[in-house]
Amino acid sequence: MTERRTATTAPYTIGIPPFRPGEKADFGGSFKEQPEDLNRPDPATCTSDETTLHARGLVRVLDDNGEAKGEWNPNLDKATMIEGLEYMMRLRIFDDRMIKMQRTGKLSFYMRSFGEEAIAIAQTMALKEQDWIFPSYRQPGAQFVRGRDMVSMICHCIGNTEDNVRGRQMPVHYTYKEGRFISISSPVGTQFSQAVGVAMASAYQGKDEVCISWLGDGTSAQGDYHYALNFASTFKPPVILNVVNNQWAISTHSNLATGGKTFAERGLAYDIPSFRVDGNDFLALYSITQWARQRTEAGLGPTHIEIYTYRAGAHSSSDDPSAYRPNDEATCWPGGDPIQRLKDHLISIGVWDEEKHSELAQKIDDDVMTAYKEACEFGDLASGPYPPASTIFTEVYETVPWHIQEQREELGK
Amino acid sequence: MADMNMIKSLNSALSISLKEDPNVVIFGEDVGFFGGVFRVTEGLQKEYGAHRVFDSPLAEGGIAAIAMGMGLNGLRPVAEIQFADYIFPAYDQIVNEIAKVRHRSGGEFTAPLTFRTPAGGGIKGGHHHSQSPEAQFTHTPGLKVVYCSNPYNAKGLLLSAIECNDPVIFFEPKRCYRGPFYGDPHNVPTWSGHPDAEVPEGHYTVPLEQARVVQEGNACTVIAYGTMVHVAEQAIKDSGIDCELIDLQTLVPWDRDTVVNSIKKTGRCVIVHEAPKTSGFGAEMSASIQERCFYHLEAPIQRVTGWDTPFPHTTEWDYMPSPQRIADAIKKTQVE
Repeated sequence: MTERRTATTAPYTIGIPPFRPGEKADFGGSFKEQPEDLNRPDPATCTSDETTLHARGLVRVLDDNGEAKGEWNPNLDKATMIEGLEYMMRLRIFDDRMIKMQRTGKLSFYMRSFGEEAIAIAQTMALKEQDWIFPSYRQPGAQFVRGRDMVSMICHCIGNTEDNVRGRQMPVHYTYKEGRFISISSPVGTQFSQAVGVAMASAYQGKDEVCISWLGDGTSAQGDYHYALNFASTFKPPVILNVVNNQWAISTHSNLATGGKTFAERGLAYDIPSFRVDGNDFLALYSITQWARQRTEAGLGPTHIEIYTYRAGAHSSSDDPSAYRPNDEATCWPGGDPIQRLKDHLISIGVWDEEKHSELAQKIDDDVMTAYKEACEFGDLASGPYPPASTIFTEVYETVPWHIQEQREELGK
Repeated sequence: MADMNMIKSLNSALSISLKEDPNVVIFGEDVGFFGGVFRVTEGLQKEYGAHRVFDSPLAEGGIAAIAMGMGLNGLRPVAEIQFADYIFPAYDQIVNEIAKVRHRSGGEFTAPLTFRTPAGGGIKGGHHHSQSPEAQFTHTPGLKVVYCSNPYNAKGLLLSAIECNDPVIFFEPKRCYRGPFYGDPHNVPTWSGHPDAEVPEGHYTVPLEQARVVQEGNACTVIAYGTMVHVAEQAIKDSGIDCELIDLQTLVPWDRDTVVNSIKKTGRCVIVHEAPKTSGFGAEMSASIQERCFYHLEAPIQRVTGWDTPFPHTTEWDYMPSPQRIADAIKKTQVE
């Protein structure tokens, strides 16, 4: 945890980011927290008090040398880890392709998960397939884990005739019911409290289902975040509530989002076990999520997790971070890169090498390009065809009421 | 048949829903053990269990979000917002989330749910226990908006709302919970003996989208909903003019055909609501009526509404449309 930087000239406290453009970004080299610092309490008996140190420290598994250590090591088999690596690589390559295409006008807008690929992928892999995913916009990787076809994802992003949400939403606002990936909407944080309702419905129906949701450090200022924690604390449904602290909400640094020390420890006041986890450590993310699911299986309800990471890229295709932070800040960030860290680990245990890595990267690149070309056959934003205009009027209600029918006839399409 | 006031008939609708559909759950502030500040949910927790009828923390934004989440995952929640004035913390969830989820997800996800909320003035509730915010919701595609007026339609409309697969905002005119209100605060009858208090004990529905012709007439069409149906009834009596009175019942989608057919017959129209005039639902109706009935209209359409001010406490009878104001408006339409 770095000391909060504030302006000293203001009559009240104004948070400022640790570094501004022109300043040398220096986070002190590496995390002081180490994988063996924190125990793994028994999820079936743990009280929130027992997680006080976890909420202020940092749950890690991979150390600075790529070695998996400590009680939180989930001891995954190599196939699972390679699968996770593949999903993360796929997401990064997919994102890179999409952002290139955004620049050519094939899609209106895009948001990469750059630097945060491990989060939704490791966490979804640690869950069961019946569990509900209630994402924000930087968790599209969960869909890979749930088996969504890239062509279908691209068709949504380029708003063509095969977009399953019929060109109604901006790119990256995925819906994938088959994978229990609930529809994304732009207002930030709304999904967090809805996720508690989803989990209550699962509990009500006696189903072994968990709902996981995410929001950002900036969004944790919204009422919806606090509604979620309070309702989760009150009713104790099987829900996993994650604050992705990537430190930046567009240009607003987390130093301006709260005067608190960690986001995780807010959960303690709600008597919810709360953890701060290394968000670039695939194994730690997998492990903490496994813990949270085990807790729901013991009937003890919610877990609150701060995922400490860094938004390595721009907020979106409309953003230019060089205006508000040093360009090299991401590379100075001690958490490193999630793909590189899992790759290093796999190499260190002798199940992976540079050659396999390059081959896989090439194969994914080819797959993404193939999927992209296939998706474009159904149209794209630059040149169409688009979903028919009649889709403006459908699915507003279960059936089209008279006044909307009249308006459709007025449009004449 | 039983003689029920609106509280009892709404309670009966909720009880039937809980009995017939295991996916129905009811929650909100004070609705559980206590049975709600207006007692609409009285006895339901005891009968159906605390997991189906429960008190929520005091957070309307949270209540709305929880209801949406439950709706997404197979339940059919009926949440109470204790006063319509307090629905605004839930406004983002209702307008941006609940109303749009079917559309935004290409129909993959829906959230069937009902928000019941007492609305309207006449109980000395001041700014924040008196408002009638229906127009804040009729302007949001994806929501159905219902406003009941008596024990019979309250129960039938609420059952329709709960069974509807679209989200419904269900306004209950709190002034009429225990009796119809004819505009005289010194003479407030109970529902006992009123024909609309004859309520079947079993399941029935009043369809959404259908207005009710309260009384037929030829000289002027008076359109109202909620408490104003009864105030308008009194005004018609006082005016001595042969008016047709329409209780709109559902505002979105509203029953334009019934309204238009009536005005084609009468050539004159008075619209009454408690909510402020500017951008009120009366403006929507008025615009639609002139589109459809321009050549049938014999006089300008009159609107009798609350003023464009905050709702007052001690002077509420000068704020709410009175029989006198409505009667004056009816008379105005009769001038050639």
